[in-house]
Amino acid sequence: MRIVVVGAGEVGANIAVSLAADHEVVVVDVDPETVDEFTYSTDVLAIEGNGTSRSTLQAAGAGEADMVVASTDDDETNLAVCGTAKTLGESFTVARVRSATFLETWTASEGAFGVDLMVSTDLLTAQDVVRVVGLPAALDVDPFASGLVQMAEFEVTPGSEVAGRTVREADRFESLTFAALVRNGTVVLPRGDTVIEAGDRVVVIGTPESVEAFSETVASTETATEADDFVIVGGGAIGYHTAKLLEERGLRPRLIEQRSDRARELAEALPGTVVMAHNATDVDFLVGEGIGRADAVIAATDSDEKNLLVSLLARNVGVRRTVAIVEEGEYAGLFEAVGVDVAINPREATAEEIVRFTQGGRVENLSLVEGRQAEVLEIEVDEESVLTGRPIRESVRDLPSGVVVGAITRRREFVVPRGDTVVEPGDHVVLFVAADALAGTMDRV
Amino acid sequence: MTVRVDWRVSCRLVGTVLRWLWVPLVVPLAVALLDGTTVMPFVLPMVGTVAVGFGLERLTDRTDLRAREAFLMVSLTWLAVAVAGATPFVLAGNGTLAEPVNALFESMSGITTTGATVVVAFDRHSRAILMWRAVIQWLGGLGILVLATAVLSQLSVGGAQLMETETQTRDVQKLTPRISETAGLLWRLYIGLTGLQIAVLYGLHLIGLAPEMTLYDAVAHAFTTVSTSGFSPRAASIAAFSPAVQWAVVPFMILGATNFVLLYFVLGGNLDRLRNSDEFRFYLGILGFFTLAVAGVLFAEGAPHAGVEEVARHSVFQVVSIVTTTGYASTDFDLWSSAAKHLLFVCMFVGGMAGSTTCSIKTLRWLVVLKAFRRDLFTVATPSAVRPVRLSGSVVDEETIRDIYAYTLVSLVFFIVATIFVAVDTSRVRLSITEFEAMGAAASTFFNVGPAFGIAGPFASYEPFPRSTKLVMTFLMWVGRIEIIPVLVLLTPSYWRS
Repeated sequence: MRIVVVGAGEVGANIAVSLAADHEVVVVDVDPETVDEFTYSTDVLAIEGNGTSRSTLQAAGAGEADMVVASTDDDETNLAVCGTAKTLGESFTVARVRSATFLETWTASEGAFGVDLMVSTDLLTAQDVVRVVGLPAALDVDPFASGLVQMAEFEVTPGSEVAGRTVREADRFESLTFAALVRNGTVVLPRGDTVIEAGDRVVVIGTPESVEAFSETVASTETATEADDFVIVGGGAIGYHTAKLLEERGLRPRLIEQRSDRARELAEALPGTVVMAHNATDVDFLVGEGIGRADAVIAATDSDEKNLLVSLLARNVGVRRTVAIVEEGEYAGLFEAVGVDVAINPREATAEEIVRFTQGGRVENLSLVEGRQAEVLEIEVDEESVLTGRPIRESVRDLPSGVVVGAITRRREFVVPRGDTVVEPGDHVVLFVAADALAGTMDRV
Repeated sequence: MTVRVDWRVSCRLVGTVLRWLWVPLVVPLAVALLDGTTVMPFVLPMVGTVAVGFGLERLTDRTDLRAREAFLMVSLTWLAVAVAGATPFVLAGNGTLAEPVNALFESMSGITTTGATVVVAFDRHSRAILMWRAVIQWLGGLGILVLATAVLSQLSVGGAQLMETETQTRDVQKLTPRISETAGLLWRLYIGLTGLQIAVLYGLHLIGLAPEMTLYDAVAHAFTTVSTSGFSPRAASIAAFSPAVQWAVVPFMILGATNFVLLYFVLGGNLDRLRNSDEFRFYLGILGFFTLAVAGVLFAEGAPHAGVEEVARHSVFQVVSIVTTTGYASTDFDLWSSAAKHLLFVCMFVGGMAGSTTCSIKTLRWLVVLKAFRRDLFTVATPSAVRPVRLSGSVVDEETIRDIYAYTLVSLVFFIVATIFVAVDTSRVRLSITEFEAMGAAASTFFNVGPAFGIAGPFASYEPFPRSTKLVMTFLMWVGRIEIIPVLVLLTPSYWRS
């Protein structure tokens, strides 16, 4: 596929690099230094110029491209890039936006602004946060098959029920599949007799109910309370979206924002949230407001350092669970090592969304595991697929070894995948695929 | 010292309004012609207002109305129309109304939709004069300047400014791009409601449920119901009519005190606006609460009313009549117990919804005061919390909240000062009234309700009050109707100086 990426900022560069391996990527940026850096350090064609001008886009081959990704830091520019690209050809246009207003318009009328896919980094990140805080002990949660299936990653704590047991013993749930273990940062495919150790991370795929039930056994050392009390620190776009999503679930989160004018804006936009204008690194304030009794603190300021500090302070005053936003992907592991429960990288969410569209039309949904060591994919199978028409026990022999069938949905019903389950055309199959098995799997299913 | 206000523009536009006052005078003139009574009390004011109007219009050619001029114009217009409206009473020369102070009181009470009367013997006045009382109330109901904006092209630009000045609640919503069309829509709705009530009342007469309700009475009462004003050509007010009429009047008082913009949306089939309106629910809640309270008291005491229907009818009617600031009486509520009368007294301070024909403090302000105070209690416990006050989902900005607090406080101060004045001034002339009666009369005139208690009771008259008290009450009605601020602004030196 030929893909034009306009705007080589952090997100744009990340997308371009992750796509460059499998696709022909052209990057357009206004900054000559960025363009030089790209030309020398990566295997992509970098062009200097204004992405909203016809001539630049023509030079980048946007007319013939399969996809144009607009990911500059300016919403209006991204919309203009997509609109301009549409005048040149038939490419699939993707725009990254921050503004919730544009996203609302686009959701109400898809194709608005000449954008075929609108991706809001902040909203995607907030959705990630809300899914993670919704399940105790979860590190990552992604929905598949319109929410019938969930993929979740958990950290096994020393006191947990499943620590020290084999996978067979731990797998007490009918509609749950153990897809993988992550041990010391490496993905391991589990067998029935694999012993789960404290410190491992487990990736499970199943119905939301079974995932929730499993999360409770994993997190058995922690007691869950009736009313979930969430505190969001930082009133940027991510903080705003997180509060809004929590409100939509009927919760009343608290949001701490230091600047009083921004706090007022947020309070006006979020009727169900208690907004407080204060510095969240003030320990007296945290203690005085009883933040220590919160179920989770979400540090979502625009500075990684501050998020780390807030998370550690929160932990110190007694908060059970801390979630921090980390812009710099490399810090994520470090954050989790020093005591932040979950570090969420906004760029990963965006990359998942955009990479999903480069896998061709068959991948309905996608989630990245441990960087890109593995992917969880949702595929609608057709007549030609190796899975179709036979029991899974037989079809897995024709697939590479790093593949696990996690879940199947048939006519919007969950089907438990067992060895003798026969896959029918039209079924949605959620697969766990290790990175090295990815190419082989995509051809056959 | 140079005067910063372009008073000529204000006066000129007052002239424009006066010049058209002959139109409403046609109604009593027609009644006089039909009845064969004297027409001079109406013909002379017609000539006079047209002449004065044209004279004022000669003052200047400029018509650009800014905020300063709007305050002056609004205040002067209501005063000028009240003075003009008093002339037919003086010229007719019958009964208590012949006395100029009484005539001005009656006219101001009419145009401000108060409904406090100085008439002692209703049968001494012609039907034409009694109709004129109803007509001026109807004109004042939705606001003279809303009417003026709707029909006078000179006010097409300044109209929004005027309508906003006339109703201090800052809720002038342009329903259409042109303000004159918006004003026109509101007036058509007002005329429609009035027409509907005439049809209902006269219909009851035709099917035999209301023997007393002639076409003349139907028109006169519709004029003073939808405008929530309360003059009646009958000495016994609505008590003169059958229970069916009393029940039929209630919904029209409630509608008259409902926000007309909401009513407009309801007519367009959009019921959600009404259902989602916090203020509407609060308004109905207030009516329900006081009705139940009054009914409970009347039941418990068993007098002066007996029977479920009678108690229910009088409690609903009186509470609605006082809360909406109409001021009709379905019974002599002055005979009620102290508990019931005090409940009605509290009702005087409520008022109906903002953007309607009602007066008093209005449910919008009380609701904002309550919500803001609840918010303040919350932030006392949680000082860093930022919590905006919301009304029907949208945020009320802090400046508006401050204005509403200030307005409510100033209203209460006005009421206290007025009460003291009434009590002291009446004792000066050895007219013995109780403090409660003084409070009632002060609240009833300042909040434009009409009847009060004791000598100002529903079947009594304000005539016995000394002239000085009546003049102060005339001032209170004027100030209360245009919501204090436009008049108070005129009294500040900085308004006049540059």
